[in-house]
Amino acid sequence: MGSPNSSRGLSNPQLLAWIVGLVAVALLPFLVRNYVVFQFTLVWVYAIAVLGLNILTGYNGQISLGHGAFYAVGAYTAAILMDIGAMPYWLTLPVAAVICFAVGYLMGFPALRLEGHYLALATFALAVAMPQLLKWKVIEDWTGGVQGIVLMKPEPLFTFTLFGQKFNDDRWLYFMCLIVMLLMFWLARNLLRGRVGRALIAIRDHPTAAAAMGINLPVFKSLTFGVSAAYTGVAGALGAIVVAFVAPDSFHALLSITFLVGCVVGGLASIHGAIFGALFIQFIPNIADQISRSAPWAVYGIFLIVFMYIMPFGFAGLLHKLSYRWKTRHVGR
Amino acid sequence: MSRLLEVRNLDASYGSTKVLFDIAFGLEEGGITAILGANGAGKTTTLRALCQICRTSGSIQLGGKELVGMATEDVVRLGVAHVPDGRGTFTGVSVEENLRLGAYARRDKRGVAEDIERMYERFPRLRERRNQQAGTLSGGEQQMLAISRALMLRPRLLLLDEPSFGLAPLIVAEIFEIMRRINTEDKVSMLLVEQNASLALDLADNAYLLETGKVVVSGTSEQIKNDETVRKAYLGF
Amino acid sequence: MEAFIQQLVAGLATGGIYAALALALVMIYQSTHLINFAQGEMAMFSTYIGWQLLQYGLSYWTAFLLAILISFIGGMVIQRTILRPVERAPILTNVIVFIGLLVIFNSVAGWIWEHTVKAFPSPFPSDAWYATSYFSAHNIGSVAVTLLMLLALFAFFRLTPMGLAMRAAAQNPDSARLVGIRVSWMLALGWGLAAAIGAVAGMMIAPVVFLDPNMMAGILLYGFAAALLGGIDNPLGAVVGGFIVGVVENLLGAYVIGTELKLTVALVLIVGILMVKPAGLFGKHLVTRV
Repeated sequence: MGSPNSSRGLSNPQLLAWIVGLVAVALLPFLVRNYVVFQFTLVWVYAIAVLGLNILTGYNGQISLGHGAFYAVGAYTAAILMDIGAMPYWLTLPVAAVICFAVGYLMGFPALRLEGHYLALATFALAVAMPQLLKWKVIEDWTGGVQGIVLMKPEPLFTFTLFGQKFNDDRWLYFMCLIVMLLMFWLARNLLRGRVGRALIAIRDHPTAAAAMGINLPVFKSLTFGVSAAYTGVAGALGAIVVAFVAPDSFHALLSITFLVGCVVGGLASIHGAIFGALFIQFIPNIADQISRSAPWAVYGIFLIVFMYIMPFGFAGLLHKLSYRWKTRHVGR
Repeated sequence: MSRLLEVRNLDASYGSTKVLFDIAFGLEEGGITAILGANGAGKTTTLRALCQICRTSGSIQLGGKELVGMATEDVVRLGVAHVPDGRGTFTGVSVEENLRLGAYARRDKRGVAEDIERMYERFPRLRERRNQQAGTLSGGEQQMLAISRALMLRPRLLLLDEPSFGLAPLIVAEIFEIMRRINTEDKVSMLLVEQNASLALDLADNAYLLETGKVVVSGTSEQIKNDETVRKAYLGF
Repeated sequence: MEAFIQQLVAGLATGGIYAALALALVMIYQSTHLINFAQGEMAMFSTYIGWQLLQYGLSYWTAFLLAILISFIGGMVIQRTILRPVERAPILTNVIVFIGLLVIFNSVAGWIWEHTVKAFPSPFPSDAWYATSYFSAHNIGSVAVTLLMLLALFAFFRLTPMGLAMRAAAQNPDSARLVGIRVSWMLALGWGLAAAIGAVAGMMIAPVVFLDPNMMAGILLYGFAAALLGGIDNPLGAVVGGFIVGVVENLLGAYVIGTELKLTVALVLIVGILMVKPAGLFGKHLVTRV
């Protein structure tokens, strides 16, 4: 379930699927209106955030209920740099990555002492603390306090028209986020495929054996925390740019839970699962809202439970099971 | 002596993978039967099938009662005690609590208290550690605890999965001697799965040899020990 | 000094609340090895059921006991129907199901009973003989109830065969089956008991914070922290943890940091304590041999 893909290169059906997928994704923004483009842009952003969490929780087994905090740090880093530092928006991404990596790495050390539920509580404490910290009077001049910071939406570098739709700022951001997402997914894939990925999984499944084999547990676990935080921080920065606004109450504790939901629904220890998880957390609440005006969250809860019945190992797990069944359909009984 | 256990046409599978194919064997009341074979032959699966832990089809008759289709907890209540491979100790509770758990299905409090005393007499090392967390015991001590726990049920049939596994030869000899005494003194019938064939054949009356899920040889221990071809081909001695 | 004692006392009073919820969490953990994130919302829902029974005209103690019974049965039913399909699934899958339950209970409560705040009576009259100037009758009464539940739980787990069986079933379900324990029913019983404890906790809390669908959200977090602080497998630890958390929260709010950041600082303190004692103050660090 959670092991790096050992096959090298893509088979023909997989290549075809990739090409079809990319074309569809490229054409999509020109076939729908601005608001839907915006929603899908957020899907790319959340996918990066969920992947970040997955690196820590899915591959390395360290449960985090606090990734909303890293998302917030990334978002505020970008916002402050753009607002006060007048930095170009695209430059804020690597800066957010570095800062969040440092914060995550530091968080990794206390995390070493805590297991399972205890780590969950500690990280959740971080998530709960974030909105309060962001409202703190002492740093108000930077963070904008309760009001937050309003940002300018980036302009596209060029423009054209396709299918009657103009290539405007929403569509520009869509492609930017898409490209950043693909880049970060590619990076993660290379990172997790080889020795690093195996080391992470070894630490998750049998820490004593991993240490006995020479893997430096504290360093690895803290680095993983750092990388995981960096990913979610970049997502936060992108989110700030896309929404063009940051405020403390946007980064409530529920956000961390939402990322965890996306991670599990998409599939733990799976890279492509993150996209499905992001689709889930972006669109299912809307669908639930349409099904029931009066108790939409109840419908959302039912969706969660039903999805866990159907795919207890997430969407990636389901795909894996189906593809295994298909490949072994001729194996004798 | 009547047949306590009669198994016919037994298939067993884990999920969609079939592991046992049409197995048949039996056990006399008061006897000891060994199930031998290499790794992956299906020995552990046989014991699990008896306890209905995996999917089975066919017939398992214990004293005339059909076990196939029963829940594990009900099979246990019929007097089947299973010492699983890896001991299956409740590592998070004390030694004495492990013994009490072994007697969970029983109703007679006085009998349980007496039996706990008897276990301590038989295994003095357990008495020393009675309030200690079971997970801290050594391998040999855990095996003694596991056997004691199974005996607390006052079972008709004791299933033992590789009792010699991972233990020093001296401890193994001690444990096998105790198993012989349990059989002769308490009249407990035993089904023993072992990789150490010579040890098993010394203890058991009869033996069945499994290979990839099928019975390939069966007979009394004497017959199998004296059959050179079987010994060389399957048992390695 | 007077003010300090007031704060201390207020902290102990709220601590009693956290202790009660922490007990329910420990109960579920001892029987399933999972932390039920929906515990708070279930307790809230049970309280609403109690409220509804009171509206139908039943006396307080009748409604109280009936609400507990309904919660007990409801908890068992939830385990048998909703949780059974994911019994063998990974832990995080179960966590998502708990989150689903959480939002369902919260949403349905709001839908049935609306979000207007309601009053919930206390069975301890304010002029009772045991009321003091520091502790109100309700404070003392609810702490007494919590301690009674603690005693009952302790006796159950440590002294009864069924309590032992439940702990065994949680630790090692396979071996538990092999000694004849009906593991599925142990899980169901654990959930039923936890739901019942939650109902009591909710009905003790509601008179203080008033009844509304979101009343348990913050309390659950403190309850969770209290349970972990005390050691997640230890009922006594849960209660002690609850009182500590209540006092710390109150003193921090009054003297150190103000109400805005007190939640943050309280949690940071708790995490700090966990760093020193990773299994909680009273938790057993289970030794595992490889």
